[in-house]
Amino acid sequence: MRHFLDIGKLNQAELTHILDTAKSFTSVDGQTVKKVPLLRGKTIVNLFFEPSTRTRTTFELAAKRLSADVLNISIATSATVKGESLLDTLFSLEAMNTDIFIVRHPESGAADFIAKHVAPHVSIINAGDGRHAHPTQALLDAFTIREHLQEFSRLRVAIVGDILHSRVARSQIKALNILGTREIRVIAPRTLLPANIEQLGVQVFQNCRQGLRDVDVIIMLRLQRERMQGAFIPSEHEYFQLYGLTPERLALASPKAIVMHPGPINRGVEISSEVADGPQSVILQQVKYGIAVRMAILSIAISTSDRKVSHET
Amino acid sequence: MKLEILNGHLVDPANDIDQIADVFIADGKVVAISKPPAAWQADLTINASGRLVLPGLVELSASLRQPGQEHKATIRTETKAAAASGVTSLACLPTTNPVVDSPAQVELIQQLSQDSGHCNVHVIGALTKGLKGESLSEMAALKAAGCVGVTNVLHPLKSSLVLRRALEYASSQALTVFTYPLDHELANLGCVHEGLTSLRLGLPGIPAAAETAALAFHLALIEELNVRTHFCRISTLRAVNMIARARQDRLPITADTSILHLHLTDQDIRDFDGLCHNLPPYRTKADREGLRIGVCEGTLSAICADHQPHEIEAKLAPFQSTAPGCSTLETLLPKTLQLVHENILSLTEAVRRITQQPAEILGISAGKLSVGGRADACVVDPEQTWILSHDNLLSRGKNTPLLDHRLKGRVTHTILGGNLVFRLETD
Repeated sequence: MRHFLDIGKLNQAELTHILDTAKSFTSVDGQTVKKVPLLRGKTIVNLFFEPSTRTRTTFELAAKRLSADVLNISIATSATVKGESLLDTLFSLEAMNTDIFIVRHPESGAADFIAKHVAPHVSIINAGDGRHAHPTQALLDAFTIREHLQEFSRLRVAIVGDILHSRVARSQIKALNILGTREIRVIAPRTLLPANIEQLGVQVFQNCRQGLRDVDVIIMLRLQRERMQGAFIPSEHEYFQLYGLTPERLALASPKAIVMHPGPINRGVEISSEVADGPQSVILQQVKYGIAVRMAILSIAISTSDRKVSHET
Repeated sequence: MKLEILNGHLVDPANDIDQIADVFIADGKVVAISKPPAAWQADLTINASGRLVLPGLVELSASLRQPGQEHKATIRTETKAAAASGVTSLACLPTTNPVVDSPAQVELIQQLSQDSGHCNVHVIGALTKGLKGESLSEMAALKAAGCVGVTNVLHPLKSSLVLRRALEYASSQALTVFTYPLDHELANLGCVHEGLTSLRLGLPGIPAAAETAALAFHLALIEELNVRTHFCRISTLRAVNMIARARQDRLPITADTSILHLHLTDQDIRDFDGLCHNLPPYRTKADREGLRIGVCEGTLSAICADHQPHEIEAKLAPFQSTAPGCSTLETLLPKTLQLVHENILSLTEAVRRITQQPAEILGISAGKLSVGGRADACVVDPEQTWILSHDNLLSRGKNTPLLDHRLKGRVTHTILGGNLVFRLETD
């Protein structure tokens, strides 16, 4: 695994290996000195063409806990439009002898494109590309589910909200399917469901109450405020009325159900504060596990590319 | 200059010829077929034994990029590529910089094409000024300068009222309108077919309805106004069915599809292959079958290359930011012959779709080899297989998803107005 671009390229054993590796890193978090020397001397570039707090900082922490040097570069896409092409930006960073690029970009396929053109010693990790994929988020979600509920083959998982624009949902569906999840449901009005979504192996519900019945995991997606302008939904109010996660709706799910959200949450739009802060919410644990999962992915990527280099030399 | 093409298999659908026959050419014209004229002495003999002899191909849509986009291609490079493709007449689009919306641009293109001398170039002018979709271009002046039609290409019109008036005005000037049926709002910045691939790759999709809704809208106006319209680049099964019905109703319409739409689907995009980024997008297998049936039954009477050369950098970006369009002139003939090998079309019908019928759509005297008519022809080795590569592509645009593909059928000679303008080096 030189690059980590999309969940769909991995099999169940590989996903499980990443989750197991992540598990071994959770102990680092509890140590007084929260560092292991696995990536000492390596340079990791956080290359973000789109704003992000959670993903960027947890990647940065993950890299630092592995003793790597970290460079944070935020590039507004307008800057690349001004003249320097994406590839030129890439080549100049590559010339600084970096080892891993963690890439976030507003366009689907950007990480894939960069991976196709990058020098052979550099690994690319996709930290979200357009609507396409956000594989590390999906893995940390899978990790969170496994920590709480163990076996995927027994679980019903519901993903609620803006599936259409969500790279998180696409990656989650792939990861959950590969891990053998019993049933994956998506719940949204048709305007927020991509065409042919059922072909990804999910049950489609437009009615939230029906969709939430007896599920073990509820993943709420963030609703972007711009969606009202695009005529996807009439108002935040009506959206919350129909799809917002309230204690009353949560009661429809299995009593042990956990509530997840990739963040940042919109209280009162997709989720009520009672639920977000309630006992079934694992939203903050997702953030915490994100560090361990990203440590796992970074360490696996480096060990693969080191092996490859030693083979070649 | 006297030229003879001997022992070839002459396929000339317009003249209903499909037989081994010799062709004799003098002073730019076909002077005899089968039997040489009296006291014939050729300056040049082409032995076409085992070869096909076809009327020069007629291409409905080639972007020559000049003036204004010479970094992509020039009239010289692309007409040379046309000659190597067996194409002797082509129509170019007004999407140059400046836009072809005045006689001066038309004359410039004509002048540069004549200087190059590799292909007859016909200009399709802009339907609206600057292709902005707001006010009408001076269509009578464009026609007087030699435009064979008008189009707004894939630029939206400001309103349905502008469309109505543009159709009416073009019809008063007896100009065919070349229409690209696409509802831009439904297409909504999409870059692939809306379906499994758009879902899988998270790319914004263009639904089939973006084509059929626009088509239905145009058909409603055409029925009302009785204006001659040609629909360019049909890409969906449902649109083929709608056109078939409208033609049964005797609406004055014709339609084409591109050669790559007859071969590719959205699945060919695989993992973001920008070389398959095209507008309209390549669609599903069912759509491709529908287009093939449409071409077979004649609903889609012409097949075009839809040649759009780009510089390398235009495709070096994440998928959505790549420029749509493929460099296709040089694959038009082999990929059309492939439809014959796959029993989609007979040889005669295949040749008709790239000669006689596009010529009729453009209203030009081309696409046939009549005694006394212009001697535009090509000779093709139907059995030769070759690999399309950067090096053997003559077009400056190397942007084709068929790069490194094995093709069968190769143009060995092209004759334009009685002159040999292309000869395959290895021949």
